[in-house]
Amino acid sequence: MSTVFIALQTNEETRPIIDAIVIDNPLAVVLREPAMVKINAQGRLVIRRETIEEQMGRDYDLQELQINLISLSGYVDETEDTLTLYWNE
Amino acid sequence: MQIDLRTVSIEPQRQTFDHLARRFGDKPASRYQEGSYDIQAAENLHYLPTWDPEQALYDTRITKIVMQDWYALKDPRQFYYSTYTLARARQQDSTEANFDFVESRGLADMLPEDLRTIALNLLVPLRHAAWGANMHNTFICGYGFGTTFTQPCMYHAMDQLGIAQYLSRVGLLLGDTAALNEGKAAWMDGAAWQPLRHYVEDCLVLRDPFELFVAQNVALDGLLYPLVYERIVDDVLAKRGGSAVAMLTQFMSDWFGETRKWVDAVMRTAAAESEPNRQLLQEWTKKWSDRAATTLRPVAALALGPAADEAVNEEVIALTARLKKIGIEI
Repeated sequence: MSTVFIALQTNEETRPIIDAIVIDNPLAVVLREPAMVKINAQGRLVIRRETIEEQMGRDYDLQELQINLISLSGYVDETEDTLTLYWNE
Repeated sequence: MQIDLRTVSIEPQRQTFDHLARRFGDKPASRYQEGSYDIQAAENLHYLPTWDPEQALYDTRITKIVMQDWYALKDPRQFYYSTYTLARARQQDSTEANFDFVESRGLADMLPEDLRTIALNLLVPLRHAAWGANMHNTFICGYGFGTTFTQPCMYHAMDQLGIAQYLSRVGLLLGDTAALNEGKAAWMDGAAWQPLRHYVEDCLVLRDPFELFVAQNVALDGLLYPLVYERIVDDVLAKRGGSAVAMLTQFMSDWFGETRKWVDAVMRTAAAESEPNRQLLQEWTKKWSDRAATTLRPVAALALGPAADEAVNEEVIALTARLKKIGIEI
């Protein structure tokens, strides 16, 4: 199975987002680089708005993710509630 | 000459303070955690208060609610000083813009006379109730235990002071200084307001901070805000051409929607802690929400006339349903 990943800047704003991704994807591997957090997952990675909102304590628009996004890989399936990275395999 | 750039990753010796690492594990802590957890003074309280030598200066036994860990009552909004003031500053800007809009376009003068009277009679005396709520939340902050619980109470108190000021400005805008004097007179002597004033003043002498939390933030606010701001101002007045009033009280509707998440979280956690807690909370909620419903009937009648009873009953049903979801059956 191939790996999908998302890389985010390390800052106060992405901390709850990373927590939320880890909650939703318990098998994902978090690599903390200087100034960057890269999250790898096998085949599929789901980012849920609701989980981020719980961690963050405020309403969140998934498009705000773009502000701190460095890079990602995989096909992107984006709705208002989830952003999913996956490979067609 | 060739220069190779290489990134070196340096692991910090500590990710966070020790007391936070003990609670959440050794990982970077959020500002909310740093500003809220384990900072309540709990030890070495040498001097007993002269006004009540039976209790320590900060004492978990002032309330009948028992919590293993008072920090479990966290605020889902994660407000600490910075996020709180930033959020409210934004809301203040938009409220100022609303007031400007209404003033500069003369919308207040265009209000039909009967609606203006209803708005003045209903809203201006409520500033005294908001001041009472300010006192109550300050009390909870002072005598409650655990910063995650008491900190949002202080913010809540400041919000209520802000609401009292907005209501005063509504009064000044619609009826000048005379409106404030009349509002005070209605609060002190008007028959419709006496049960509510009695309720607020009885709360001023409650000693149990958690019971006060239930009486003020759950029972009274839980009925007053949906009734007055959502039902009367946003629906009834707006339909009859009084949208200007709804613009001026937009903060109150938004604020209630936001703060009820926190109130619900506190009640849910405290009730889930133990069966005695749940029984106690149900008893208090029943007692105070019954009384709040009775006190609000004459107030609602100022705007709704004979339809007030039905409106209050519907709000009671809505509150009961809301509380049921968080494990409080009344």
